[in-house]
Amino acid sequence: MTEPEHVDANALAGPLSEILSVDLTAAERRCSVCGACGVFAELHVTVDGPGLVASCPVCRTLVLRLVRTPDSVWVDLGGTGVVRVRLET
Amino acid sequence: MVAWRPATLAADRWETDSARTLVLDVPGWPGHRAGQHVDVRLTAEDGYTAQRGYSVASADEGERIELTVQRVEGGEVSSYLVDVFAPGDAVEVRGPLGGWFVWDAASPDPVVLVGGGSGVVPLMAMVRERRRVGSRALFRVLYSVRMPEDRYYRGELGAHRPGDGGVDLFVAYTRRAPEASPRGPGRLGAAELNTHGFPAEFAPVCFVCGPTGFVETASDALVALGHDPRRVRTERFGSGGGAR
Amino acid sequence: MNVVTRGFRGRGGQDPARVPPGQYETHDFPVLSAGPTPRVDTGEWTFSVEAETGRTRVWTWEEFRALPQERPRVDIHCVTRWSKLDTDWEGVSLDVLLEDVETTAEYALASSYGGYTTNLPLQDLTDGQAWIVHTFDGEPLAPEHGGPARLIVPHLYFWKSAKWVRGISLLHQDEPGFWEQAGYHDYGDPWREQRYRGD
Repeated sequence: MTEPEHVDANALAGPLSEILSVDLTAAERRCSVCGACGVFAELHVTVDGPGLVASCPVCRTLVLRLVRTPDSVWVDLGGTGVVRVRLET
Repeated sequence: MVAWRPATLAADRWETDSARTLVLDVPGWPGHRAGQHVDVRLTAEDGYTAQRGYSVASADEGERIELTVQRVEGGEVSSYLVDVFAPGDAVEVRGPLGGWFVWDAASPDPVVLVGGGSGVVPLMAMVRERRRVGSRALFRVLYSVRMPEDRYYRGELGAHRPGDGGVDLFVAYTRRAPEASPRGPGRLGAAELNTHGFPAEFAPVCFVCGPTGFVETASDALVALGHDPRRVRTERFGSGGGAR
Repeated sequence: MNVVTRGFRGRGGQDPARVPPGQYETHDFPVLSAGPTPRVDTGEWTFSVEAETGRTRVWTWEEFRALPQERPRVDIHCVTRWSKLDTDWEGVSLDVLLEDVETTAEYALASSYGGYTTNLPLQDLTDGQAWIVHTFDGEPLAPEHGGPARLIVPHLYFWKSAKWVRGISLLHQDEPGFWEQAGYHDYGDPWREQRYRGD
């Protein structure tokens, strides 16, 4: 094995649902570093560490990290870039 | 915030020696779209908890959902759910989760479903939802599985049930094929994705689900065949097999 | 209040003298990751120690491999709840690497190729408690386990044992690392279950 096993950011839907009222995984995003456009769910997420780490599938920039402790959700959205959430109309 | 809800085992079915479908009663279940998943949480008497994600296998049918769980070697959650969990016992579920890997039941677009191993679970939900709503969208299902006895949903998927007209199934056995099969064992290749899927000019929506390596290979092949990457939606399970 | 699931016991039956509370023993070596695996060629690899004064010592791979080597056999404890007993490593004690460094600092921040960081008290890196290792179980350390070289500090949770380590900075004040910024404990003693901030 040469890479840690990653999954899609679909796996973030549950943890993020604890703090967000919209489903971010279906939102469109533009990478803050490489400019790649895509959907949040297409991020690569490693789930086998102390927390969840999402990175850009194109440039591998760290997009988000999330830690669930017994009483808190800690989330760093520092690399998220621009996100578009479509509203129900 | 999506609430945790108690979910009681109402019934179960064995799909294979190591995979079990759990029929759960979830009071207050708000309904789901085909392809979505849930988080399942187990709590021991001493307060220890463990949780994993599982795709929903059933169509949107009231307050009852079905999950199919594959036993994973050393997996504390899957081992419990496959071997110990008994009718009447309760776990907690949170969901439905995820808005990307979902089939829009109102869309007439053709659909290519590519599943590796237990990755067939959310694809089965799409076939079932298609049947439930009476959709005419054309479905082509490509199912990669090691050997005949590893197939899930044998009496249903590809069995030409009423309402499943327009759903075609191709099974690629990777280790051992049935004796009568003209296709020997081998991996699902790009040529088969082309032949048994839809051509890119038909602009199908493609859903690819399974272990991470399988999904990478199959989705890369679809894009190489000319499919719009934005219409190739993926759900990687990691290497564990059973967990979402 | 969670619903208790009848018949679910988690993983019991651990040796309380060897396995800290809330941990279970594994015989695998799970990969503990925080994103993509950096590729570091030993021809370009360096390890540095930067004192709070800015004075920096740098070792190339050849220089590092020429230092006195030790073979610690230790138990490791990951905050994701697995523990692995009697693991065999080979590498250089931090006592050797810190020997000639003039410092009055009390804290250290380890940094990795790929951007990972983790913080520790400096005194937890000395007196035979920490190593920069290049070999696991007699084999060169694989990239997914932190190769070419990683830090190991086995008496703290394993996220402190930075993979792909490239250097250590000595600081007067504690500066939280990658996981410590995001809710994990600044010290991380497995025997006191210091998993999260406030534990």
